[in-house]
Amino acid sequence: MSTQTLTERPSRSTLFDGLTRYVPIGATVALLVALYLGGVANYRNFDNPQVIAKLFIDNASLLVIAVGMTFVILSGGIDLSVGSVMAFATMACAWLTVEAGISAPLAVALVLAFGTAWGLLIGSVIHYFHVQPFIATLVGLFLFRGLTLQISDTDVSMRDVEFFHWGMTHVDFGEVRDGGFWLPYLSFLAFAVVIISFVVLHYTRFGRGVYAVGGSESSALLMGLPVARTKIGVYAISGFCAALAGVLAAFATKSANPLANVGAELDAIAAVVIGGTLLTGGAGFVLGTVAGVMVWGMLNTLIAFQGNLSSWWARIVMGVLLLAFILLQRVLARSGEKRRT
Amino acid sequence: MTSASTPAKARGGANPYLKRLMWPLAVLVALIVVNIAVTGFDFIVPSVNDDRLGGAFVNILRRSAPLLLVSLGMTLVIATKGIDLSVGAVYAIGAAIACQMIIDAENQSAPGLIFAAVALALVVTGVIGAWNGTMVAYFGIQPIVATLILMIAGRGIAQLVTGGQIPKVQDSSPFTELGRGAILTVPVPIVIAALVLLLLALLTRRTALGMLLESVGGNPEASRLAGIRSKGITVLVYLVCGLCAGLAGLIGAANLGSADANNGGLWIELDAILAVVIGGTALLGGRFFLLGTTIGVVIIGTLEDTIINVGLSSQWQFTAKAIVVFVVALLQSPEFRAWILKPFKRKPETPAPAPAEEVLAK
Repeated sequence: MSTQTLTERPSRSTLFDGLTRYVPIGATVALLVALYLGGVANYRNFDNPQVIAKLFIDNASLLVIAVGMTFVILSGGIDLSVGSVMAFATMACAWLTVEAGISAPLAVALVLAFGTAWGLLIGSVIHYFHVQPFIATLVGLFLFRGLTLQISDTDVSMRDVEFFHWGMTHVDFGEVRDGGFWLPYLSFLAFAVVIISFVVLHYTRFGRGVYAVGGSESSALLMGLPVARTKIGVYAISGFCAALAGVLAAFATKSANPLANVGAELDAIAAVVIGGTLLTGGAGFVLGTVAGVMVWGMLNTLIAFQGNLSSWWARIVMGVLLLAFILLQRVLARSGEKRRT
Repeated sequence: MTSASTPAKARGGANPYLKRLMWPLAVLVALIVVNIAVTGFDFIVPSVNDDRLGGAFVNILRRSAPLLLVSLGMTLVIATKGIDLSVGAVYAIGAAIACQMIIDAENQSAPGLIFAAVALALVVTGVIGAWNGTMVAYFGIQPIVATLILMIAGRGIAQLVTGGQIPKVQDSSPFTELGRGAILTVPVPIVIAALVLLLLALLTRRTALGMLLESVGGNPEASRLAGIRSKGITVLVYLVCGLCAGLAGLIGAANLGSADANNGGLWIELDAILAVVIGGTALLGGRFFLLGTTIGVVIIGTLEDTIINVGLSSQWQFTAKAIVVFVVALLQSPEFRAWILKPFKRKPETPAPAPAEEVLAK
């Protein structure tokens, strides 16, 4: 890969050095602010803090899988299985507690362990057998959608399980009517994932290994970094995050739908890309991903506030904005390149 | 990476090529044997009803034709180290444009109208493909991202064309012949797919185009320095891929007599990538096997029937697909083959050409 990477992006070492590497994430944040101000200017009640809080309620699951996806993409891979693993995790929670009668905390622990184990397995296959990540995780996409449908092809309700009411229990920050807002526990779980990921990615040996492997796997190997551990680790993290997102979805809806989260992996990839992470790996920030998920959520909120936009318009707007983001980042990156040379 | 094909030619035989095709062919034969064991020889032997070929296997081929078209385009894109995620959406757009234009007209059977509708759909899908290619070649955007945009927005555009409805073409319209008709007893979709396969194979293997494609996929910058217009070739390849997806959409819509913007060609991009990979084309680019892709498509089509034939519920569809992908992906991995065969081998294995390639590719 090293020679190809060099010929493809000869300018990368200058492009992502110093301050210029913050340009893409800066653009994302600027657009997020612009979207928010545009919403405030055009719609009543858009300035209510609960609008922001709601972003982290509706998109808690997406945030968690996008954070897991950030690790994988930073290492130069991709994980297409997260949407299916997430649906499977929700369904497994429902089946274990409702049908098998296992206590809910144990069921959740089993599901999380399973997600991690799946990630370890697929990461090992990718690393040791050199199966392309796209294909190896495609297996997961099909396998877990199939297994979910085999457990149940209809909705399963978890309303009777006391434990799953915990997630939507909320903490109030002031009265909503007086400009306060509330957040459920599951949002705090998502925040915890973000904070832990931030620390792991930027302040641990493993995190630096992820960037190094994404930048150039052979260089990382020659430098004596534990490439195998890093590459398998990122898929384990992604698998754990997908399972956790499934548990969060179980908390949020208290039911399991076998066809839930179809295409969630694309939303996650889109959020990561909007957040300024290069799909080829080696450059990006986990906080950028948070911004990306917020943009995604903000767009949905704007379309909901507008009210008369149909679902197919939502999709077109999403596509156009994704395009705008990518071109904007590209232009900014190019001008930064010129300034330096 | 072009070295993958040059030694093959230098040694003057299709031997490495056949070796690449061996695993997919083995899987396909195994699937067919399972089917014959369960349903008898009727499965493979075509029958002639109402002046057209019938029988289980011919039906599989007929239903696989749209996937084959999409996969052929995808093979060329992947050969240039790209990927086109938007083919499913382009499929829906092509189908939507043609069907909407036909139902908007007064006489749905006018040959001129059908021709115009088909032409318009192909032009639009070709333009969409060229747009993808331009994004990749001239704006320097990663192929996954560039085509992700249309993957997300494309079905929205198709919804916009149909106004959120599902346009239904009259059964009497000649348009439906594209999916249901037969030429000399052979179903039209098979004929179209075979013609496209032949055309692309001739274009890429009898002219320099195939070699140029592989060199662009192997190293775009080196190709440019060698005097190849790599950007033009990239745009062309995505254009062809868009056209193939549009054509596939037309056949699919003609077969159903309607265009569903939401579900038409859903997940066809994943199936197509699957078929390409089963066929032995590496996602890393630099080499491609149109015939391998064809075998991959037939494997996927046969698999779907096999599940029903052996008496499993249709929910097994996904699971079975996953298992097949897993097995094929592992079998194609030289590291896996070496690992699994280790206990059976006494002397150290002489390095086959395939592992050497893989090492280079990494």
